[in-house]
Amino acid sequence: MMTVVTAASPSSPTRSAPKYGSMKRDRTWALRWSYFFLVLFAIFFLLPPIYMLITSLKSSAEISAATNPWWVSNPTLSNYIDLIGSRDYQIFFRNSAVVSIVVVTITMLIAVPAAFALSRMRFWGSATLATGVFLTYLIPETLLFIPLFKMMAVFNDWTGIQLINRWWVLLILYPTLTVPFCTWIMIGYFASIPKELDEAAIIDGASWMQTLTKIFIPVALPGIIAATIFAFTVSWAQFLYPLAFTTSTSELVLPVGIITSLIKGDVFNWGQIMTGALLGAAPPLIIYAFLMDYYIAGLTAGATKG
Amino acid sequence: MVDVAAPPSLIASRSRQRRSLRTWLGRKSTIAFFLALPLIALIAVLVVYPAIYAVHLAMLNKSMERFVGFSNFTFLFKRETFWMVVWQSCLFAITAVLFKAIIGFIVAHFVHNIPAKGQRKWRGMLLVPWVIPPAMSCLAWLWLFDPSYSAFNWLLVKLGFGAIPWTGDADWARFSVILVNIWIGAPFFMIMYLAALKSVPEQLYEAAEIDGANWWQRIWYVTLPMMRNIIAITALFSLIVTFANFDIVRVLTAGGPLDKTHIFGTWAFRVGIEGGDIPLGASVSLFMVPILAVAAIFILRDITKRGSEV
Repeated sequence: MMTVVTAASPSSPTRSAPKYGSMKRDRTWALRWSYFFLVLFAIFFLLPPIYMLITSLKSSAEISAATNPWWVSNPTLSNYIDLIGSRDYQIFFRNSAVVSIVVVTITMLIAVPAAFALSRMRFWGSATLATGVFLTYLIPETLLFIPLFKMMAVFNDWTGIQLINRWWVLLILYPTLTVPFCTWIMIGYFASIPKELDEAAIIDGASWMQTLTKIFIPVALPGIIAATIFAFTVSWAQFLYPLAFTTSTSELVLPVGIITSLIKGDVFNWGQIMTGALLGAAPPLIIYAFLMDYYIAGLTAGATKG
Repeated sequence: MVDVAAPPSLIASRSRQRRSLRTWLGRKSTIAFFLALPLIALIAVLVVYPAIYAVHLAMLNKSMERFVGFSNFTFLFKRETFWMVVWQSCLFAITAVLFKAIIGFIVAHFVHNIPAKGQRKWRGMLLVPWVIPPAMSCLAWLWLFDPSYSAFNWLLVKLGFGAIPWTGDADWARFSVILVNIWIGAPFFMIMYLAALKSVPEQLYEAAEIDGANWWQRIWYVTLPMMRNIIAITALFSLIVTFANFDIVRVLTAGGPLDKTHIFGTWAFRVGIEGGDIPLGASVSLFMVPILAVAAIFILRDITKRGSEV
């Protein structure tokens, strides 16, 4: 029922060789135009990250001198050294890393068993629940942050446990964004595993848990990697929840930390801001560079299956 | 002594009870329920409950002591800023999604056109805007749009044009927000369309070519109908995400100048968290529900329809 469209496989063989001269000439021109426009679009798409890199290599003096903004005359690594050495930045980075890794773990521990149950072991209301999971994924965080904020405050009144302005409150909040989507794409991956496989396991006397851990998880490993990458990038990039729920410097995560601590009043230290932004964008970019196929598979699976 | 006196029938029934408990625990549906329990708990406590709680909050007064019914909503209806936010949210979402779809479609075609071995590299490069956390890339855009050091303006001035107030003027600020939205979202469309293009059977194009269809007719009569589902669902997804966006507007303009770029998410934050009026903020964000619900219904219909086809 749910097939996963992956763009991951190396693309289909190129079109069969044309037989007629004019057609061939058409194709060559089409190819040239394709490259021409692809270069234009690549410039548009890569301009901001490249500009981040350019600015991050400039000293504040060079930035304020307003020379050619697209060129670095005196490249310096001082922005990187200052930022990596700064206590605040280390805290932001550590908070971000801990939050993302713990959230990924929680997400997969919740999503994989639930997806297994929903795709293979029908129970009362399981179909409704699967639809519900998908609907939850469509609820944006901008709708929930105010009631959640108030809930945390009420929780504090009742129990005396302070949740607001603690970095670990994000461990409770982020799974609401990651779990529905990861469950949804895992349902798709599990559903694409042939029924005969788990039927054979059950006949051979495997329990349901053994079927999950010994068959489904290994077979659906590409899906699990895709879901893990998704959960990590979402938790790393989330901006609204940390902005609303945390304020002290020691509790901030990277995206909010860079914006609130490096922009002081009207003073913008752009060299450092761009360095911080680039370093903040680095972990998702590195994961993407190494696991691009899984990343794209997860992206396309989310919307195209059904 | 009492134990000994227990009638055999009672022992039997007790062990039967224990056995039935064990079979109940071993039943497939029970195991399945327990496997799904953390998910159910998470959705119930942190998604469904807050959603209902938002409705309750929206009906309280500012200090949250008194029930005031719909007066928060009627108060919003009387405010000009609210109608501006409605208009801006729709404007941003519709224009951004439209251009994302068009650019994504064009770029996907170009990538699909070039030899297969180069496609991976191009696809990888063109998806970068989607991978960078939006808050980070918006900082780069903010710097590119800087009032005094804008790198774009530097180029424009060199080329003999005047400088543009990218985030200073209401109309330009709206344009900038839409531009950044497109920049972030178009690669996602490109990837989706590329996956869809690959699933169109090559024979259809060959048949169309033999019938004398030009490239435009091939796109209009072969590609678009084959991709209709993907186009619709990607656009609806993107509509939800763009409509409920927060990061881009918050970092680029923070709603300014003069609230001319506020959308539901950022205005709810300004009113509810920064302004301390939680009920009013909750009512602002609740106004997103009707539009989101319509999009969700269409997506769901599409998904269940395709589910029953196979």
